[in-house]
Amino acid sequence: MSQRSLTSAFVLLLRRDLTLAYRRRAELMNPLLFFVLVSSLFPLGIGSNPKLIAAVGPGVIWVAALLAAMLSLDSMFRSDFEDGSLEQFMLSSHPVSILVLAKVFAHWLVTGLPLILVAPLLGVLLALPTEALGVLMLTLVLGTPVLSLIGSVGVALTVGLRRGGVILSLLVLPLYVPVLIFAADAVHTAAQGIPTTAQISFLAGLLALALALAPLATASSLRVSLS
Amino acid sequence: MGIVAFIHRMGSPQYFYQVAGRLVPWFGGFCALFLLAGLVGGLVLAPTDYQQGESYRIIFIHVPSAWMSMFIYMVMATAGLLGLVWRVKLAEVIAISSAPIGASFTFIALVTGSLWGKPMWGAWWVWDARLTSELILLFLYLGVIALYGAIEDKRVAARAVAILALVGVVNIPIIHYSVEWWNTLHQPATITKFDKPSIHVSMLIPLLLMALGCKLYYATVVLMRARCEVLERERNSRWVETLPEVAKP
Repeated sequence: MSQRSLTSAFVLLLRRDLTLAYRRRAELMNPLLFFVLVSSLFPLGIGSNPKLIAAVGPGVIWVAALLAAMLSLDSMFRSDFEDGSLEQFMLSSHPVSILVLAKVFAHWLVTGLPLILVAPLLGVLLALPTEALGVLMLTLVLGTPVLSLIGSVGVALTVGLRRGGVILSLLVLPLYVPVLIFAADAVHTAAQGIPTTAQISFLAGLLALALALAPLATASSLRVSLS
Repeated sequence: MGIVAFIHRMGSPQYFYQVAGRLVPWFGGFCALFLLAGLVGGLVLAPTDYQQGESYRIIFIHVPSAWMSMFIYMVMATAGLLGLVWRVKLAEVIAISSAPIGASFTFIALVTGSLWGKPMWGAWWVWDARLTSELILLFLYLGVIALYGAIEDKRVAARAVAILALVGVVNIPIIHYSVEWWNTLHQPATITKFDKPSIHVSMLIPLLLMALGCKLYYATVVLMRARCEVLERERNSRWVETLPEVAKP
C-alpha cells in the first residue's frame, strides 16, 4: 500500500469517494432539488413579469448555485472524519494536498456537475435567451469547482465542530463573492448579446488560483482540525 | 543582536505581560492626546467644504476607521503567519486579540459611511464599491471571531483562525477589485468619495492626527486584550499565581 504511486492513490481515493456517494444516492439529489426549488421560488416572490424575471435571472441562478454548493459542502469530510479515515490520509506518505484535491474533485463530480446539467432548464424557466444558456453553463463549469475548492478550506476548518454548519456559511460565503460577481455578470452580458471573454477569463483565472492554493490551505486546516 | 534578543524575550508570556502592562498607559495617553487634537482640528478648526458643507467632517472618523479596518486585517494575517510557521505563541495571541478591534473599526467605517451617504447621495445605503468591500470585510472579521469562539481548545482555535485570516488576505484584493468592477458596470457614476486630487493642509493635518490616534488606540487595546488572553492561557503557571492582581484573597 505504501509503495503505490501518487497517481494511483489519487485514482483510488477518487473511485472510493464516488462509490461511497453512489451508495447514498438519495442524498445526492438534495442539493440539486434545493437549487431548482430556490430558483423557482424567485418568480413567485417577484411576480411573473418576464422582463423582471429576465433581469434578475442570472443573479438568482448563481445565488441559488452558491447556496446549493454551500449546503452540500458539509458532507465533504464529515464521514471520513467520523470514522477516522481522515487521520489515515494524514498519515499516508503522499502529500495531503493532492489527496485533498482528489476528494474535492469527487465531491464536485457528485454535487457540482448535476447543477451544471440542470442549469439550462432553470435558464429557460427564468426567461434567459437561448444564446445565454451556453455561457451560463460555461460559468458554472468554471465557477462551481472554485466553490468546491474554497469551500473545502471552510469545511476543513469546521469539520471538528459539532455545529459547524452556520459557521461554515459565515466563513465561506464572503469568499464566494468574486465568483458570483463575474459569473452572474457574464450571463447578464451574454443575454444582451455582448461578448463575455473578460468575465470568462477572470473566472478561469480564479479557478487556476483556487486549484493551486486551496488544497494547500485545506491540507493545513485539516492538520489543525485533527490535532 | 539586540533586536533578536528582544524578540526572544518578548516571546516569553511573562515578560510580554509586564512590558505590555508598562506600555499600555503610554500608548493610551498619547492616543487620547492625538484623538483630542485631531477631533478639535477636524470638527472645529478645519474650514467648511465649499461643496459638501459641514457634513464632510465625518471623514475625520470615517477615513481613519476604514484605514484601520484594512491595516488590522493585515496585522492579524501577519501575526497568524508568524504563529503558524514559527509557532510564536504571542503572535497567535495578537492575531486573535486584533479581530474584534478590526471588526469594530470596520463597523464604524460602515456606519459613518452610511451617515455621510444620506446627505450626499440621499440614501442611507448605496452599493458603492468601497462600502460594499467594507461590508464583506466585516463578514470576514465576523467569520474569524465566530470560528475562534466555536473551537473549544483555544490553541487549536488560534491556528485555525490564522489559516482563515491568510485565506482572507489572499482573497481581499480579489474581492475588492471584483466589487469595483461590478460597481462600475451596474451603477451610474457616483461622486467619488474622498479621493479628490488634493486635500487642503488644514484638513489633512487633523486627518493624519486622527489616523495616528486610531493606530495608538489599536496598539493600546490590542495590548490590553493580549494581556488578558495571556493570563487566561497561562492561568496554571506559577508566575500568574504570584501576580498581585490575581492573588487569591
